[in-house]
Amino acid sequence: MRFWRLPLDAEHHSIPRGEVHIIDNRCKGCGFCVEFCPNGCLRESKRFNVKGYHPPEMVYGAEEDCGDCGLCSLICPEFAIYTQLKEAKKITEDDIQKVTTRYSRKDRRYAKKR
Amino acid sequence: MKVRYRALHPFDKEAEERHIQEDHGLHPYDEYLKPGRIPHIWCPGCGLGIVVTAFIEAMKQKNVPVAQSAVVSGIGCTGRVAGYLDMDTYHTTHGRAIPFATGLALVRQDLIVTVFSGDGDLFAIGGNHLIHAARRNVNLKVICVNNFNYGMTGGQVAPTTPIDARTSTTPFGNAEPSFNLPHLAHAAGAVYVARWTTYHARQLVHSISQAFDKKGFTFVEVVAPCPTGFGRPNKLGSGLDEMRHYREVCEVRNGADPSEVEIRLREKIIVGTFVDVERPDFMEHYQSLVVARAQAKAKSKGKGKAA
Repeated sequence: MRFWRLPLDAEHHSIPRGEVHIIDNRCKGCGFCVEFCPNGCLRESKRFNVKGYHPPEMVYGAEEDCGDCGLCSLICPEFAIYTQLKEAKKITEDDIQKVTTRYSRKDRRYAKKR
Repeated sequence: MKVRYRALHPFDKEAEERHIQEDHGLHPYDEYLKPGRIPHIWCPGCGLGIVVTAFIEAMKQKNVPVAQSAVVSGIGCTGRVAGYLDMDTYHTTHGRAIPFATGLALVRQDLIVTVFSGDGDLFAIGGNHLIHAARRNVNLKVICVNNFNYGMTGGQVAPTTPIDARTSTTPFGNAEPSFNLPHLAHAAGAVYVARWTTYHARQLVHSISQAFDKKGFTFVEVVAPCPTGFGRPNKLGSGLDEMRHYREVCEVRNGADPSEVEIRLREKIIVGTFVDVERPDFMEHYQSLVVARAQAKAKSKGKGKAA
């Protein structure tokens, strides 16, 4: 799917870019954030924390994808992850193409898993 | 890889306090949590932390001041919420969260009193108190975390365990039908009844913040995964598997008839806001009926004496 022009109200909207903060040593490795991140930004890391669990980490190359929705901080039972607004970006033509590629990448990621 | 944890010397109070201060405040929600209490004791995959987070988020959204809020909880895994929240909290005896909260809500009407407790505490030993608080319509916000068993004592059968479910005391399946909590609360007279699962975190925040606005007895049931007590004997998998199960089987039906929302094992769970009505609360009735008449009587008596 391709958008052939910018939406007419593009000036009134912005794309929030979030920054994910993970407090490693609080994590108990339940995997809720990894499963329910709507943009597929997180994955289970291979390193251990002090309790012996694998805390989450950003998927390589997904640093720009976090939309600061805050679902990970809401669904984390351990108060171990939160997001902060990094910048509110203006919408450009490139961003619209990026959105479509982002979702297709997530689909591929899920297809591999199953 | 270097693993170091707690460079604590025994009896070194300063080092302990320094450790608590270092660990506290790393997360924005830490301002609502008591320093030094996190990590909590709940199992990996337990949904209780999500309910606490949703409560804090609802408080943030509604700008409920910490000084104006009080949390009362009973005994059980959910009862430990009172120990983690950094506000006026009270950890009562088993089942007696609602009597304590009733007294608190009647004496201090400026406070927003939340009862945070589990299904075993509110509906098994404290069932009588709950239905009478709902009948009187006392100004309480009740959040009931339903994990279908007595989790803290080892997964025994509870009044909310679905029929045919296995627990540690019913190894061949539970033979008793379970309580339908929203129906019970509605029948007893609650003005706001909702049910969500921990998977519906956003909706849960919205529901709790709606309950903050309501005057009277509000009841929010939260279905939470219990991988240790309920998931293991019933082969439901880990906490994450139970959350995926909620994603598949839950059906949002706002305004549904509460008598038709019973939960059965591995079947459809109907969630949503079921009841949202207006009814005068206990203090209104008390003011208009008892206090007003008593004042009138006292006035007339006083007049009689003067004359």
